[in-house]
Amino acid sequence: MKPNKNIWQSIRYSRLYKSIFRHGYDDTAQNRILQVRSNIFLHIHPPKIPQHAMKIRFTWCLGGITFFMFLVETITGILLMFYYRPVPEYAYMDMKYLEFDVPFGIILRNIHRWAAHLMVVTIMLHMLRVFLTGSYKPPREFNWVVGVCLLVITLLLSFTGYLLPWDQLAYWAITVGTNMIRSVPFMGHEGPFALLNKYHDVRFAVLGGTEIGANGLLRFYVLHIVLLPAAAIIFMAVHFWRIRKDGGISRPL
Amino acid sequence: MEREHPEKKYVFPDLVFMEFMTAVALTVILLAWALLVNAPLLEMANPGISENPSKAPWYFVGLQELLVYFDPWMAGVMIPAVIIMCLMLIPYLDRNTQGVGRYTFSIRRFAVINYLFGFSMWIALILIGYFLRGPNWQLYWPWESWETIRQAEENTWNLPPLIGISGLAIYFCAGMIIPKLVRIKFYERHGFKRYVLVMLSILLMYFVPIKIFLRLAFDIRYVLVTPWFNV
Repeated sequence: MKPNKNIWQSIRYSRLYKSIFRHGYDDTAQNRILQVRSNIFLHIHPPKIPQHAMKIRFTWCLGGITFFMFLVETITGILLMFYYRPVPEYAYMDMKYLEFDVPFGIILRNIHRWAAHLMVVTIMLHMLRVFLTGSYKPPREFNWVVGVCLLVITLLLSFTGYLLPWDQLAYWAITVGTNMIRSVPFMGHEGPFALLNKYHDVRFAVLGGTEIGANGLLRFYVLHIVLLPAAAIIFMAVHFWRIRKDGGISRPL
Repeated sequence: MEREHPEKKYVFPDLVFMEFMTAVALTVILLAWALLVNAPLLEMANPGISENPSKAPWYFVGLQELLVYFDPWMAGVMIPAVIIMCLMLIPYLDRNTQGVGRYTFSIRRFAVINYLFGFSMWIALILIGYFLRGPNWQLYWPWESWETIRQAEENTWNLPPLIGISGLAIYFCAGMIIPKLVRIKFYERHGFKRYVLVMLSILLMYFVPIKIFLRLAFDIRYVLVTPWFNV
């Protein structure tokens, strides 16, 4: 036993170990604070928070759950990208490969799908919680606005992802959705005060054509995996940052 | 109760532990869900064969349900745009600074009632559109078969322009003026501009169920017909 301990000791006090781990894990107040402050992932939190902010029946963890769903979507989404080609000839075939050929492929896709649904649900419930606890009131007004932007981004993320399986469900659901864009006032070719024809209107810009096809699939794919997640990350960074800067999560005066 | 220094707790490990356990529980739930239920996958997309009914993703089905009562530029564009704008305006319009950080109803009646009304309407429209609409977007109860295809019965009529315009004018003017006379304090707390914005968003929200009622009860298709657009 003794030699082992010595090895452990020599590791712990080596320059290499100390360069990575700055402090021990003894249960002291100093270590508890350092644990949060010296960790890039945990330092999103303050070292100490009011007891009130810890009550599950106040927040129901809904914001955190929504963020967790985003992480799940990111991880499963990146894994799915290895097996998916956003081309009409291959997209549906790749879904079948995922289902029958790729080990655990169907589970991967199922988790991605269900977590996406859950994320839309939790974001709506999170908004309800924030409203009912008056947490949008000064000084947190702007963070509510950022949150509404995140709601819109989440809905668009979910909507763009809906087309990717390239099956009948996807195709016709996106047809319904994008047909609405025809009637945008001024900018859509069937809307009030239409200025543009159907080859130049806003729907053409979204689909890269007058019907959903290869261009539309590629556009939705790029939006789904690059532009919208990037926007979501930026808005989330501001959202979380502002919670701290606006005085932590709301509490009774 | 004035601002007292609230009792503080260490984030590590108390909160971090809670977050970790939530993440573990959710992972278990998602895995179980993914193992039990497969994500839907129909036949390959075929632009030549349309699905009947074609439904939007469930979170947009509420808007699709509104297509029964409104033209696409209203249901698909103006209504969601106004909802998003009004949501963003909420913190700047609500002058009531009380009721922060706890669930209260008594001191925030106006805000809570109206928000819950909008929220429930959104949910109700989704549920109707998702569960009760069958082929040709006709109403089917969950136990009714979709095989008996129903055709849309269209015996609707439009309000004459004069009545339509005066009806809308009365609705919006009365909605602006009456609360001002009855609830003077409410008006004074908000000031003119903010009051107009608050009442406008409230009146626009209640216009949706009113229009639905007019359609269902009297078969009225449009309240207002103009050469450029119909409401």
